[in-house]
Amino acid sequence: MNKLDFEKPVLELEAKIAELRKIGNGVDIAGEITRMESKADRLRKQIYSRLTPQQKVLVARHADRPRFCDYVQHMIEDFTPLAGDRNFAEDHALPGGLGRFRGRSCVILGQEKGSDTASRVKHNFGMARPEGYRKAQRLMRMAEHFSLPVVTLVDTAGAYPGVGAEERGQAEAIAKSIETCLQIKTPLVSVVIGEGGSGGAIAIAAADRVFMLEHAIYSVISPEGCASILWRSGAHAEEAAAAQKLTAQDLYALGIIDRIIAEPSGGAHRDKKATIKNVATQIERALDELSRQDGGALLQKRHQKFLNMGRAA
Amino acid sequence: MNWLTNFIRPKIRSLVEHQKDVPENLWTKCPACEGMLFQRDLTENLNVCSHCGHHMKIGVTDRLALLFDGGRYETLSVPKVPHDPLKFKDRKKYADRLKEARAKTGREDAIIVGKGTIGGAPVVIAAFDFAFMGGSMGTAVGEGVVTAAESAVKEGAALIVVPASGGARMQEGALSLMQMPRTIVAVEMVKAARLPYIVLLTDPTTGGVSASFAMIGDIHIAEPGCMIGFAGKRVIQETIREELPEGFQTAEYCRDHGMIDIVAHRKQLHETLARILGLLFDKKKTTEKVTPASGASVQNGRSKNGNGKGASSATKARAQKNVRMKARVRKAKMTIKSAANDPASAAPKPRKSSTKR
Ligand SMILES: [Zn+2]
Repeated sequence: MNKLDFEKPVLELEAKIAELRKIGNGVDIAGEITRMESKADRLRKQIYSRLTPQQKVLVARHADRPRFCDYVQHMIEDFTPLAGDRNFAEDHALPGGLGRFRGRSCVILGQEKGSDTASRVKHNFGMARPEGYRKAQRLMRMAEHFSLPVVTLVDTAGAYPGVGAEERGQAEAIAKSIETCLQIKTPLVSVVIGEGGSGGAIAIAAADRVFMLEHAIYSVISPEGCASILWRSGAHAEEAAAAQKLTAQDLYALGIIDRIIAEPSGGAHRDKKATIKNVATQIERALDELSRQDGGALLQKRHQKFLNMGRAA
Repeated sequence: MNWLTNFIRPKIRSLVEHQKDVPENLWTKCPACEGMLFQRDLTENLNVCSHCGHHMKIGVTDRLALLFDGGRYETLSVPKVPHDPLKFKDRKKYADRLKEARAKTGREDAIIVGKGTIGGAPVVIAAFDFAFMGGSMGTAVGEGVVTAAESAVKEGAALIVVPASGGARMQEGALSLMQMPRTIVAVEMVKAARLPYIVLLTDPTTGGVSASFAMIGDIHIAEPGCMIGFAGKRVIQETIREELPEGFQTAEYCRDHGMIDIVAHRKQLHETLARILGLLFDKKKTTEKVTPASGASVQNGRSKNGNGKGASSATKARAQKNVRMKARVRKAKMTIKSAANDPASAAPKPRKSSTKR
């Protein structure tokens, strides 16, 4: 379990409860445990309703947060991973494939950060290379070809900054991936489930509907990167996180995202299944609504939506 | 350097009196070869080092003048967008940074949109002003690209975007990130109209700018040596902890890795664009044969045109055009010391027919 500093009071209380349970199971103790549990609940709710932007950054990056693979496991049947960009390589940072979501066939793709050291290395910490974004393009085109909706799950610190990635056209791969999002005539729904890091995130999130989990973040640059450039010191990351307006609540207010999806009390990492269920419910609603629309009209609205981003109201 | 500056300054002061701001340092040291360049020569040479060919930055209005026929263009107004939507403040308020940049450049934001012709073909250019907050792309810059695209579609013109940008404008948060899909939608409009979309990449083209409209052109042209890439060198170095390859993220490097069609000298840009636009706009030029540069062939070409029916007006117009082009070439030659490897002198006669669309 990865602990966050601001969760300490709750975690301490929970430790006490666990200790009490060990001691015995008398009636008096049971009552005490119940009282303490409800106190822990209240405390947790209180803490999570007042998270600062910097605290949200930590929650969004929490090691136990549900990942792409968790979502696929719990909400997709018959998942069939498809590999490779047909040009150079398979990119494990951005898995994707065909699957069945609540009865309907779809293409699902997104960044996977991994959940332990071995899988983090395998998935390159969720930082995709050009091949990942080219595979994304391929899968989105295939979805359009077979009239399937596309679901993307965004969770990345950003596209991988490496020599090979640059040589093979990271910028072009991202640009074309955004372009593909803006060309397919089938419904496209994106959910920022953790970290929406810059170009690497928008590459798969220029969608009809963009949702964010309650404590997810979405920004043009990481708070650390922003601080090191604008404040000339990474130590100002907390100020940068606040200034950037990177929380789901801020982005909803700015009209950049369409909906905030609630997380269980204490954050997504406390209850993966409940989180995934909330996300699935919203994806289903969106797909129901979007699939009733004609492809051309859908595309036109998607274009208009992004054309208006930042325009005078 | 100092003795030279002091020695030379009094003599040339009279020569540059017409300039409003006499540069403090009339000699510029080329950052690439460290050769000394007289500022006026450098300006005449389009800010290209006459010793090593290093392309230094050029002002955005000079840039437009350089690209459009006869240096003539109409500036299009870009609708205003809400400023400072985030009320952003780092060590300084974004609102103050904007004010300063506006005072410094006299521009509303980091983009300027011009309409005119290149080689006779209708063109709208959106050019970035690096002097305005590093050419960073926020909502106003996005608006500029959208304005340019809409105008190109309306006029049936080609769209050329000239990025000179470090990437997204951080002070506008995710709204600046959203300019990536937004500018791509703008380009999609031009593509849907089957009009040419050309990107002229200049120093630098990185981050969210390179990863959006700048990399989806029909044709990518870049200035020699300019920096093109997605991630910053420092970030890459911190990640991989290795030396970067030589020439990493230069225009030539990107061309060799398949991302750029043409790396062209600043003096070749107009001719190159004119030729490409001629080929794309004027697809059936059957009445006139392309006239090669050698004397004999030129004569053949002329006589053929002279004999052709109804070709007289076309010939006249073409002759006028040739005169204009020759003047251009002459002017360019004057500014180059080493005319021997001047590509303009070896360039074929203008191929654009007189029939405009
Ligand atoms: Zn030089």
